[in-house]
Amino acid sequence: MLGGCAGEQSALDPAGRGAEQIAALFWWMLGGAVVIWCIVVGLAIYAIRIAPGPHDDRQMRLWVIGGGAVIPTLVLTVLLIYGLSMLPGLVRAAPEGSLQVDVVGLQWWWQVRYPASESVKLANEIRIPVGEPVQFNLTSADVIHSFWIPALGGKVDMVPGRETRLTLEPTRTGRFRGVCAEYCGASHALMAFDVVVMERAAFDEWLAAQQEPAKEPQGPLEVRGREVFLRRGCGACHAVRGTRADGVIGPDLTHVGGRASLGAGTLENSPDAFRKWIAHTSRTKPAVRMPDFDMIPEADMRALAAYLESLQ
Amino acid sequence: MSARDDNPTRDDAAPSPERQREQEERLLAAWKTPTGWRYWSAVNNSEVGMWYTAASCLFFLFGGILALLMRVQLAVPGNDFLTADRYNQIFTMHGSVMMFLFAVPIFEAFSIMVLPEMLGARDLPFPRLSAYGFYSFVIGGIFVCGSVFFDAAPKGGWFMYPPLTTSYQPGIGADIWLLGLSFIEVASIAAAVELIVGVLKCRPPGMRIHLIPLYSWYILVVAGMILFAFPPLIAGDILLEMERAFDWPFFDPSRGGDPVLWQHLFWIFGHPEVYIVFLPSVALMAMIVPTFARTPIVGYSWVVLAAVGTGFLSFGLWVHHMFTVGLPGVTIGLFSAASQAVAIPTGVQLFCFLATLLAGRVINSVPIMFTFAGLATFIIGGLTGVMVAVAPFDFQAHDTYFVVGHLHYVLVGGTIFPIVAGAYYYFPLITGKKLSDRLGRIAFWLLLIGFNITFLPMHWTGLTGMPRRVFTYPANAGYDLLNMVSTVGAFLLAAGFVVVVWDIVRPKGNQPYSERNPWNAGTLEWLAEMPDRPWGIRSIPIIESRYPLWDQSDFARDVDEGRFYLPDAEEGLRETLVTSVIDARPMQCLRVPGPTFLTFWSAAFTGGMFIFATYHWWWPAILSGLAALATILRWLWTGTAWIPEKDEKDVGLGVTLPIYVSGPQAVGWWAMFITMLADMTAFIALVFGYFFYWTIHEDFPPEPYPGPGALWPSCGAVLLMSAWGLTVFAKRWNRDARAGAFYAAATSAVVACLAGGAALVQGPLAAGLDPTTHVYPAIVWVLIGWTALHVALGILMLLYCMARRFAGKMTARHDADITNVTLYWHFLALTVVITVGVIVGFPLVA
Repeated sequence: MLGGCAGEQSALDPAGRGAEQIAALFWWMLGGAVVIWCIVVGLAIYAIRIAPGPHDDRQMRLWVIGGGAVIPTLVLTVLLIYGLSMLPGLVRAAPEGSLQVDVVGLQWWWQVRYPASESVKLANEIRIPVGEPVQFNLTSADVIHSFWIPALGGKVDMVPGRETRLTLEPTRTGRFRGVCAEYCGASHALMAFDVVVMERAAFDEWLAAQQEPAKEPQGPLEVRGREVFLRRGCGACHAVRGTRADGVIGPDLTHVGGRASLGAGTLENSPDAFRKWIAHTSRTKPAVRMPDFDMIPEADMRALAAYLESLQ
Repeated sequence: MSARDDNPTRDDAAPSPERQREQEERLLAAWKTPTGWRYWSAVNNSEVGMWYTAASCLFFLFGGILALLMRVQLAVPGNDFLTADRYNQIFTMHGSVMMFLFAVPIFEAFSIMVLPEMLGARDLPFPRLSAYGFYSFVIGGIFVCGSVFFDAAPKGGWFMYPPLTTSYQPGIGADIWLLGLSFIEVASIAAAVELIVGVLKCRPPGMRIHLIPLYSWYILVVAGMILFAFPPLIAGDILLEMERAFDWPFFDPSRGGDPVLWQHLFWIFGHPEVYIVFLPSVALMAMIVPTFARTPIVGYSWVVLAAVGTGFLSFGLWVHHMFTVGLPGVTIGLFSAASQAVAIPTGVQLFCFLATLLAGRVINSVPIMFTFAGLATFIIGGLTGVMVAVAPFDFQAHDTYFVVGHLHYVLVGGTIFPIVAGAYYYFPLITGKKLSDRLGRIAFWLLLIGFNITFLPMHWTGLTGMPRRVFTYPANAGYDLLNMVSTVGAFLLAAGFVVVVWDIVRPKGNQPYSERNPWNAGTLEWLAEMPDRPWGIRSIPIIESRYPLWDQSDFARDVDEGRFYLPDAEEGLRETLVTSVIDARPMQCLRVPGPTFLTFWSAAFTGGMFIFATYHWWWPAILSGLAALATILRWLWTGTAWIPEKDEKDVGLGVTLPIYVSGPQAVGWWAMFITMLADMTAFIALVFGYFFYWTIHEDFPPEPYPGPGALWPSCGAVLLMSAWGLTVFAKRWNRDARAGAFYAAATSAVVACLAGGAALVQGPLAAGLDPTTHVYPAIVWVLIGWTALHVALGILMLLYCMARRFAGKMTARHDADITNVTLYWHFLALTVVITVGVIVGFPLVA
């Protein structure tokens, strides 16, 4: 059964302090629930099938008071103390000086910023260091979303007009998957993101690299791709730092080639996927705001995909 | 009234057989069900209750088909069986249909059908109201469901969270949800009023408060919950629709609104809703268990107290649906504890049933099998419910398939299985024939196994990361197989329902009628003959036990021979007894109205008003509303507060009762009182909105907005309060037979009302408050609009009373109309005081 719990998006395969506590809480509750269920249903079967005979009325009243009121009260009190004792740790802000990550939910993607490194604007990918608390400051630009990385901890909603926060503390490195947990319209199902938990040194290195502007295209295909990118007006919505593309409506693409997935966790990151996404955007993600660019000729499209893929 | 103290128990001698036959003929004539196409004008609880039950079952099947479509889509990852948009419409409709068109209505429908039988009454006190509710339900339900076929269905989820449903869904789907379901909610409240008055006032003599059948207790609790739970949702619907239709920014943060207010209003309704759906099924178990255990329920008063306690507690839990909104930890902790506490009264009820099973000698049968399935399944739902009530766990489980699994264990285990048990148990009462034991057992195994295969894996699906309300999921996410298993289970479950449906609709022409009281039950409804007669009960008995059929000797014979109350219909009119609330002393011989199509037309025009408004066809909507008003007035004018040909009537056993009463003795007064409690609840929900905005804003009322000023609203309040005073005097002077003074007072009240209403509106108008600019002017306008609408109704009622008096339908002695209108006015006065106090007074102290 434990094998069935594994996965990069599983709350039962925890990789964060909160998720570990909650998973332990769950296993205890599950054990208790199974015991209680067996006793009560066993009693019902006993009453209906095994000993269907009259029992003493006074004794029955004791059953009602004991089984219906006294035992549940005791069990629930213990559970409440255990459960609520972990609550303050889960809802409090990260200590002063912890890493801050600002995440904005949008239909249907995530904008990620590291306030300490202002130029870094990511989309649909979050990297954090292992072993230290990280505070996520969560807002929404349109409807209500909910920010959830099951392997690291619980979820918190992103409510328009409010800022909510969530503190997570990863306990092991690895790749995980986060999703939007609040129904947010047509493509709610296609609003995921990748989470990479790294050693602190690797994280710092990565963050420094993210602050760099986009790499100059190397081969002729990539050069042509950049030309297509700029000519087709992609820069109206997307930014690629180091070029004149400075749009703010869609995800920043400065380092898009280095991300694990495309379209907010919808496609694997590959040149083919780029082509599919650009040409058949609305088929890949219904009701998405980006129009289909299926009028771009095949050769241009190939170059464009190669260029984007090169933006590591 | 006076004759009850010497406690007659029955007539010692039966009337002669000849006289009995004459009585039966007269009763049959009075209670005859119309035939031919006029059949649909019937208003008797047996007919209306049966149609209502059948209609809600059809909606259940519709919702079930929607569920199967979802399961097909989710069978494999990346499926394209349904588009995202279709899927979102379907899951929204599945939830909405199951909640609003099945779970609540089936309870009300079934209760309309059996409550009078359980209480030995001939009908409910307001048969035409039931019929109106039924037609409203069907019209609204077809309207809402039909939208699926035009690809125009709501797609905001059954919870309809703004701003997704305000600014991001421009189609009419959300309007269909808001207006179509509000219409049905009004019908639900109407039925709740009827059921409450039914339980309180239409019990048989002697059925004191501690002898009430448990089902009726539960009805009382649940109907009371509907009364306080639905109005906040209606208030929310009003705000949401005002934002959609007129851009009043209640949920728009850029203009001071807040989407979280909707969540509060929705879940203040939504959580009690779970218990509104669940408790009636517990009520069915409470009837079935003692019957098959052959022993009275163990811990009757525990069950009643636990039911009442659950009802109260359920209003204090709503925030557990909002644990992840980012509320303060203290709030989360408190609601977490309260949510777990509700498990205790639930546990008490379940253990009372278990103890009853232990105390008796259980006879196995299909109803008891389904009761057992319900218990075993519901307990799992209850245990997972305790889990999600622990806030830290909910942070993970919330909005995942774990919750989908949990809620279906609660609602299928706690509601559907007991309803199937109830169907097998009560079917003979409705058609006179039993359902098949063999088919019942086949259905039992299919449903039990199919259900668990469908929903048990969902707990794992959710904890391994699958969120709810997703139209698809990626391959290899860890829950592909689990989803396939759920889909297979869903079809098994559906097969079980097909068997049940077949058992119900299969031709039974050759099957003999069941014997009377086929299960040897002890409660009153099983007095019914097979097949049942339209009069409900031959004579209204005196009750001395919770299980009169077990405990009162020769009971059926005495009822059948007409040895109890009202064994006859001498005047050819439909009559039933009204008794006192606590100890059920006979107080009135109530005459209830017979068949009419007026209720159908009233419902059709009311529906038209809501449906046209959905499309923003304002003129047809207004015309339809006026037509609804006209038909309802005609219905009231011709069908209520008749002046009888004599003051009193001998109802048998030497008891003489008045036929016409007014004030707190009258069922109409109670109905007005209860309706106004619901009305005030909706109003308080709007006031809650005002103060909610105050709590989230630093300055509220905000600086640049002038507010409605003190002068005009205060003038309005003074004028309206004097109108209230004049109404009270009008009632007094009518009773004193001072016709001139009555007309003068009522006319002045109308004039003061018109002036007061105008002054109230003049306040924000003169200050130039534009409700589209900010939430502050918008909420002020809503409070004033609500009050103004009630003032308009108050004027209409006063004019109605004057017309009744003028037409001789209201006199000094027969003054139910003005008495009930005065009661309305007491609540209106309170509304005025609160409105003006809030919009004028609060800015002064804030």
